[in-house]
Amino acid sequence: MRLDCKHVWQYISAYIEGDVDSALRAEIDKHLETCEICSAVLDSTRNVVILIADNRVFELPAGYSQRLHERIKRELAES
Amino acid sequence: MAAANPEFEAECIRRILSGEKQLFHDLIRPCERGVYLLLFSLLKNEAEAEDAAQETVMKVYLNLRHFRGESQFRTWVLSIARNEGLGRLRKMSTRREEPLDPGSDDQPGDYTPAILTSWREIPVDALEQKELGAILRNAIEGLPEIYRNIVLLRDIEEMDIRETAASLGISEGAVKVRLHRARAMLQRELAPQLKAFAPKRKGLFWGRS
Repeated sequence: MRLDCKHVWQYISAYIEGDVDSALRAEIDKHLETCEICSAVLDSTRNVVILIADNRVFELPAGYSQRLHERIKRELAES
Repeated sequence: MAAANPEFEAECIRRILSGEKQLFHDLIRPCERGVYLLLFSLLKNEAEAEDAAQETVMKVYLNLRHFRGESQFRTWVLSIARNEGLGRLRKMSTRREEPLDPGSDDQPGDYTPAILTSWREIPVDALEQKELGAILRNAIEGLPEIYRNIVLLRDIEEMDIRETAASLGISEGAVKVRLHRARAMLQRELAPQLKAFAPKRKGLFWGRS
């Protein structure tokens, strides 16, 4: 089976997750060796995943945890 | 993300229920970021999400004796958060602009990614720039809710597929399909914009240039 680009794009997320079987992974790897476009799609998708996982992207509101624990303290005192 | 520790949690719960109430602070701490992110994903408003997070945590405390340990504690907490968020959404249903129908989760579906040939490097240093953080947040907040919450739990809170599925009450297959679609949407939206932030040096991380 020779994978085309569209087929590879369908498995990009699963490939990043390590959730493709070894035969499919080998096919995709083979395709990536010769396809600049799919390599760039894979890398950019992986980069996006890495970037959004950075804690600096989604910071909790300043003081969130402190306010939460103050509320808990009040409730515990009343319960 | 703090690692789940079922033994610590079970012991903590037992002691809280026998009167050591202060331990609830320690029990809930590893969950509080996930609770906020899930609620923010649903409510899209910081103040509302924080208020709902506090209510969620109070409900967790009041219902602690009902936790049976059949799921992970955090999964149980997140399902309470999700109910809290959905309840609030229903109350303000006139403000809802997104359909709840998720469409078919059977197939990943076709999508055309943003085609690039050179953006390979992770511009992590560029995260110091506020502009990049804003671009990333906007892209995530712009996703339909059913995709946004998957990204927040799986890619940002770094929960595994199983826990994500259990927290949202959907199948693992649906999580995978939605994750795929969400990442595809983010790639298409972000890759062209992020390219501008990539360092000029080549092959720094992936070494394939």
